[in-house]
Amino acid sequence: MIQSDLTVILPEIVLALFAMGALLGAVYTGKDRLASLILWITAAVMIAVAAWIGLTGSGTNVAFNGMFHDDAFARFAKVAILLSAAVVLIMSEDYMARRDLLRFEYPILVALAAVGMMMMVSAGDLIALYMGLELQSLALYVVASLRRDNAKSTEAGLKYFVLGALSSGLLLYGASLTYGYAGTTLFSGIIATATEGQVSLGLLFGLVFLTAGLAFKVSAVPFHMWTPDVYEGAPTPITAFFATAPKIAAMALFARVMHDAFGGAVGDWQQIIALLSVLSMFLGAVAAIGQTNIKRLMAYSSIAHMGYALMGLAAGTAFGVQAMLVYMAIYVTMNLGTFAFILTMEKEGQPVTDIAALNLYSKREPGKALAMLVLLFSLAGVPPLLGFFGKLYVLRAAYEAGLAWLAVAGVLASVIGAFYYLRIVYYMYFGEDREGLDGGGSALLNGILMASAIIMLVGIVNFFGIEGAAEAAAITLVN
Amino acid sequence: METMILFAPLLGALIAGFGWRLIGDRGAMWVSTGLLFLSCIFSWIVFLTFDGTTETISILRWIESGSLSTDWAIRLDRLTAIMLIVITTVSALVHLYSFGYMAHDENFRENESYRPRFFAYLSFFTFAMLMLVTADNLVQMFFGWEGVGLASYLLIGFYYRKPSANAAAIKAFVVNRVGDFGFALGIFAIFFLTDSINFDDIFAAAPELAETQLTFLWTSWNAAELVAFLLFIGAMGKSAQLFLHTWLPDAMEGPTPVSALIHAATMVTAGVFLVCRMSPIMEFAPNAMTFVTFLGAATAFFAATVGLVQNDIKRVIAYSTCSQLGYMFVAAGVGVYSVAMFHLFTHAFFKAMLFLGAGSVIHGMHHEQDMRNYGGLRKKLPYTFYAMLIGTLAITGVGIPLTGWIGFAGFASKDAVIESAYAGTAGGFAFWSLVIAALFTSFYSWRLMFLTFWGSPRGDKHTHDHAHESPMTMLVPLGVLALGAVFAGAIWYSSFFGKTNEVVKFFGGTYGEPTQELVEQVAERSPKASELHYVMESAPGEAAIYIRPENTILHEAHYVPTWVKLSPFVAMVIGFVVAVWFYILNPAMPGRLAENQRPLYLFLLNKWYFDEIYDAIFVQPAKALGRLLWRRGDGDVIDGSINGVAMGIIPFFTRLAGRAQSGYIFTYAFTMVIGIVVLITWMTLAGGAN
Repeated sequence: MIQSDLTVILPEIVLALFAMGALLGAVYTGKDRLASLILWITAAVMIAVAAWIGLTGSGTNVAFNGMFHDDAFARFAKVAILLSAAVVLIMSEDYMARRDLLRFEYPILVALAAVGMMMMVSAGDLIALYMGLELQSLALYVVASLRRDNAKSTEAGLKYFVLGALSSGLLLYGASLTYGYAGTTLFSGIIATATEGQVSLGLLFGLVFLTAGLAFKVSAVPFHMWTPDVYEGAPTPITAFFATAPKIAAMALFARVMHDAFGGAVGDWQQIIALLSVLSMFLGAVAAIGQTNIKRLMAYSSIAHMGYALMGLAAGTAFGVQAMLVYMAIYVTMNLGTFAFILTMEKEGQPVTDIAALNLYSKREPGKALAMLVLLFSLAGVPPLLGFFGKLYVLRAAYEAGLAWLAVAGVLASVIGAFYYLRIVYYMYFGEDREGLDGGGSALLNGILMASAIIMLVGIVNFFGIEGAAEAAAITLVN
Repeated sequence: METMILFAPLLGALIAGFGWRLIGDRGAMWVSTGLLFLSCIFSWIVFLTFDGTTETISILRWIESGSLSTDWAIRLDRLTAIMLIVITTVSALVHLYSFGYMAHDENFRENESYRPRFFAYLSFFTFAMLMLVTADNLVQMFFGWEGVGLASYLLIGFYYRKPSANAAAIKAFVVNRVGDFGFALGIFAIFFLTDSINFDDIFAAAPELAETQLTFLWTSWNAAELVAFLLFIGAMGKSAQLFLHTWLPDAMEGPTPVSALIHAATMVTAGVFLVCRMSPIMEFAPNAMTFVTFLGAATAFFAATVGLVQNDIKRVIAYSTCSQLGYMFVAAGVGVYSVAMFHLFTHAFFKAMLFLGAGSVIHGMHHEQDMRNYGGLRKKLPYTFYAMLIGTLAITGVGIPLTGWIGFAGFASKDAVIESAYAGTAGGFAFWSLVIAALFTSFYSWRLMFLTFWGSPRGDKHTHDHAHESPMTMLVPLGVLALGAVFAGAIWYSSFFGKTNEVVKFFGGTYGEPTQELVEQVAERSPKASELHYVMESAPGEAAIYIRPENTILHEAHYVPTWVKLSPFVAMVIGFVVAVWFYILNPAMPGRLAENQRPLYLFLLNKWYFDEIYDAIFVQPAKALGRLLWRRGDGDVIDGSINGVAMGIIPFFTRLAGRAQSGYIFTYAFTMVIGIVVLITWMTLAGGAN
């Protein structure tokens, strides 16, 4: 019995054991001198685990009496999480090393966060959910304030921690209400109680509080306030990490709770999600206009993008989940490329985040400027780039689910949002000449930037097959 | 082979248009011209070996949408075969001619490559025109129709640095749009009524259409009448008939080879072709056909009067074209489609030749186009002179009267038109206006000749001293066309305007005995034509044209009174004599007449003030409306609201969002709490069990 459970959860165990082993090994031997080595090994392990899950996993396996689900949906999310976390680690090595931030704890914390995320997307029970969520969050609180000697970084970590604690409180309150009214913490038990039109008010409150806690993790308005400050304050590679893997995990968890636990009451949560979605899209678009710091700008951008992903979720259909997964995959790819670029933004060796520094960037670095142009157009959703098709996907899902107003709102918000992306393009190509950024940047970062841009262009051919995987994932989640 | 005819010009256009950087200017010119000559030779082979049976050559499946299903196909019948040789012959010759004519052009800068573009446009035009005439359904035809419109636009505006050329190009395009709107409505109506756009289906359904009523613009119409009328609106635009004719004279802004090819020989005759092609429907629409006859006659008369007083050599010929197109429509309107095609056929040769001759004069005279500055060019440009002389003899219709066919090309076809008009309208308006137009035609054609080639040199002496004969590339086409202008009428007279059985056979139909009743009717109407032996028996759509058995105009036209047969010849002689008197014997006479009859002269010189009236009625109000929508509508309302949102409302919210992001953790926590309160309240009121 226990053995079969452990088999199902083996990838998580392997990664967790690796993290603990690496921690002990580093503490007792070279400490920070080994940081670079551990970083590369962690990335390699994560990629290996991703390959293991992606290539060998099949069917739906349930462990620990339904507390842990290993299904196509979880595998899709896990592969995306692990790969994006690995890429972020690889991207950050050079940056962290040059600023003396490369502590050996960093890759280990990222690995632990990844374990938490894997738990989250596989959760089949409120307690498993909370366990995964907290493991992830605790690791993230620490990496946010990794730069202990920097006021902004510590402030970011603290703010994140306090607000995160608040959201955890909301979530736990929701979980206890749900338990109280459903009589079980298992999703499979909750769904039996929460059927359409029969949801008691208490259970509904539980749902709302749970939603609030999850919305905090995906930084949906009005639970988004931490995002710009944390994105700005944390070291850029950490910001890149925040913008990618945890977002996938939180969105996947969101989808799992909504469909696995409350799949019988779609009509009830649909309106909440739709409201969060529309608020996020508009606030993300409107507030980003006022930003001059590219990291804050990307924070609002990610808020807006979460709004679109939530739109897919709000559809409440299998196609909606599929659209959400595809959207997240595209979003993560774009963001990795964009952050790779932001990591190369330096002037005299110091990181620069002011977008005005990009004035006439195309004159000095035409290739990178062009790649960035492609990415920004894709973020804005300009056809024929991949970002456009991601948006089209979720809009279609929302429209087909009868949420035409939401789709219209999404289009309007994307028009507003296009402004700030295009403004960066404007600076790069038509701005006035000023003292510019340093050229170059590491070949690795440039390579990731270019690869991301090329994917945006080439991906429209067949989405690299993720459509099919996302569809399979969505079907296992929504019956 | 048919496919080659069709696609060789397209290939030429593509190579010349996109590949000239690789193969050079001369390469592009040779390739496109060579391919057109190939197409031309094939066309003649097809025409001469063609037995008259309609064939359909399918090229590809084209449209498959609901009940709309159609192939991209070539419909090869007699009409198509005639048009193939007209188009490819004139086009090939014009390509060759353009080697000389376009050799140097002061509208372009030194070393600027404009010739490949010109040849590419010419070839593209030819392709589109072939597409139009080979179409086997209406949409394919419309494709060709719009393709030639585009080519015409591009070529009229070829000298794109000249504002007048651009204006003329736009005018041609816009005026054609009016006609095309009618054409498109006609296609829609046909699809609506017959559920098909393929000619075979449409023609088969034609007798039914005559019985169908259709509500359009709150009125009930006979379906066949309405369709025929709408299609004719399209034909009016393309063929520059009265009210939609204003673009054609202005189109002379294009290079002269273009005028010869597009605005004389081929594109402008597309309207006539359309009416003949749709003859199965036209036959069932007597009222629409009366309108066609009337408008054709009016155009012939109107254009001829304007042609009398124009001074620009190309404009004279342009109005002449307009007038001759009127003749063709009259013939089609009275139901003698073969004669309409006959005149189209002969006209293509002599009118193309006149234009190319005029081009040769213009070329020799360093782009001087005002005839008042010509004179005495007979010796300077001898070959051009003879060519123009043949053209003039052909257009004025010189021949031996009462023989019918012994004469220049125009003699055979024009007399056929006038006799048909007499038979078809019982000597009414159409007949008389055509006869008077013939008189005017003779006058202005000879006026052109006398002003250009006779008398003493006028105008700039320097230009006259340097006037020179054109190179061989320009003279050879003139020679070839001269053959057509002389012999085309005599050779094909009986095919187009012979006995009914000959004509029907030529167009691929079957003929049979008329009913006794019909013979009696004809005998009663015109006793001389009582010997009616044959009528067409083919069903609509089987042959290239369709003539109802009741339609015996073709037969009756042969038995019109002798004075009718003589009338065009007499008109021609009078016109010639007056021209001799005015421009050879007493050159001061025209000036005095213009002085005496000043209002009439100005009326004609200003083309009946059509442009001014249109300007006042359509152009200015349209511009005013445009200004209103632009300033008030677009500027104030649309820009205003967009600017208001983009520069007022959004930044306001941006500032608000910025202020909310205070940086204080309690604000953030407070926002979250507010959020949860709102959600809870909302769910309590709206969600769940409630």
